[in-house]
Amino acid sequence: MAGTAVPGRLAWQLASVAAKRQETPRVISLRLESDAWAGHLPGQHVDVRLTAEDGYQAQRSYSISSAPEPGVLELTVEDIPDGEVSPYLTEVLQPADRLELRGPIGGYFTWTAADGGPLLLVAGGSGVAPLMSMLRERAAAGSDVPTTLLYSSRSWDEIIYREELERLAADPTLRIVHTLTRSHPADWAGYTRRIDAAMLAEVAGALLPGSLAYVCGPTRLVEQVATDLVTRGYPPAAIKTERFGPTGG
Amino acid sequence: MAGSFISRGFRGRRREDPAVAGRVPPGQYVTPDFPVLSAGPTPHTSPREWDFTLNGAVDPVRRWTWEEFRALPRDTVTVDIHCVTKWSKLDTVWEGVSLDTLFAGIEPRGAFVTAFCDGGYTTNLPLRDVLDGQAWIAFAYGEEPLAAEHGGPARLLVPHLYFWKSAKWVRGLTVTERDRPGFWESLGYHDYGDPWREQRYQGD
Ligand SMILES: Cc1cc2nc3c(=O)[nH]c(=O)nc-3n(C[C@H](O)[C@H](O)[C@H](O)COP(=O)(O)OP(=O)(O)OC[C@H]3O[C@@H](n4cnc5c(N)ncnc54)[C@H](O)[C@@H]3O)c2cc1C
Repeated sequence: MAGTAVPGRLAWQLASVAAKRQETPRVISLRLESDAWAGHLPGQHVDVRLTAEDGYQAQRSYSISSAPEPGVLELTVEDIPDGEVSPYLTEVLQPADRLELRGPIGGYFTWTAADGGPLLLVAGGSGVAPLMSMLRERAAAGSDVPTTLLYSSRSWDEIIYREELERLAADPTLRIVHTLTRSHPADWAGYTRRIDAAMLAEVAGALLPGSLAYVCGPTRLVEQVATDLVTRGYPPAAIKTERFGPTGG
Repeated sequence: MAGSFISRGFRGRRREDPAVAGRVPPGQYVTPDFPVLSAGPTPHTSPREWDFTLNGAVDPVRRWTWEEFRALPRDTVTVDIHCVTKWSKLDTVWEGVSLDTLFAGIEPRGAFVTAFCDGGYTTNLPLRDVLDGQAWIAFAYGEEPLAAEHGGPARLLVPHLYFWKSAKWVRGLTVTERDRPGFWESLGYHDYGDPWREQRYQGD
């Protein structure tokens, strides 16, 4: 367009799969390496493109779950039954394979330590992926921004990054609250229902100046939580949302 | 290099149905769902508070209340829509007021428009892309009033461009002499957004 500077094209790059980790029975993380990768802002995503031998292609978006780092990024992918791209990434793709991607994409659903807080992160299922990038960045930066993660999973075994979250929660300025919506261990004392206004009121506490909220997951959860936060007095501009898909967590 | 890359073991499950061949732009797949995408909470504006304004480089500035807007001639259109997050939805049925109707009797003095919305969202388009039967202010989807999460009370509908251009919760258009990037366009998304040329991001 006349008058506007055109920044460099977001070129496709070939990353190689350095490692693959089973996070839960249905979720894996991929560690990808690419010399062309310059790093990202926590919350951003990439587009992944798969190409069949006859030239057929499919593209999907995946959030970056790792902390920013040149040359390296991690994606966390939930296997959607009957899906086209996610079962390839979770079942077929193996270390040493290569994967075509471009990014980082999206400049709004982002947080860095400089953005401050208090920070409220609300996740459903694999929607925790971009929020994990924020938590990892927060830890790497040594930030003490008061932070709460409210995370809805179907069951104990389906909590993604469970052990790492336990380690991170040793930080007294980080609070992690789980809710298990379908089944829970016999001795579970935490929440066992979908996130609702009462739970948000208990977990989020009083609204303080500078509060920022990031909500990511299935559409139903995101709609409900964002609306409840507005009702609680969060300025709409302080609530950033990302929606992954129609159903889930 | 990237041009000839093949993903080992990928065959693809959602190949184009021959019945819709030629209707699905590159990199898109057809879904029966209607996914919701927005950057923040859904605004809930009641029709009583709603109005629609054409301003900026136009003569005269025009404003319609909800009642006035709903009294205008309406079109029912069946169109395919294409979201930059890769889904396309075919044969969606909308009811709305054509931008030609709203611009009738108005002299625009610029070649671009910026749509502005409740919640602060904006998006930019060439004026010629919203005239000549190409764009509507839609207030119904699938014969129902447009749900708030899909942009109700009313949204812009410009089906030949990626769907982020079809601004939800729209409250008016500002005519401008120069193209000014809107919300997503300032964050790296393409200024024009033609799905058939796969103009997703700046430089595409
Ligand atoms: C910005 C953005 C970031 C994303 N980040 C991630 C991420 O970090 N990790 C991740 O796993 N996914 C993420 N997604 C979702 C991802 O892009 C795909 O939509 C998902 O992997 C399904 O693709 P598929 O090809 O396997 O299924 P498709 O072939 O596209 O769909 C198969 C069926 O599953 C349904 N479906 C699609 N998505 C979901 C879902 N999420 N839950 C339940 N049913 C679904 C479809 O409606 C369809 O009926 C993100 C999406 C967006 C827009």
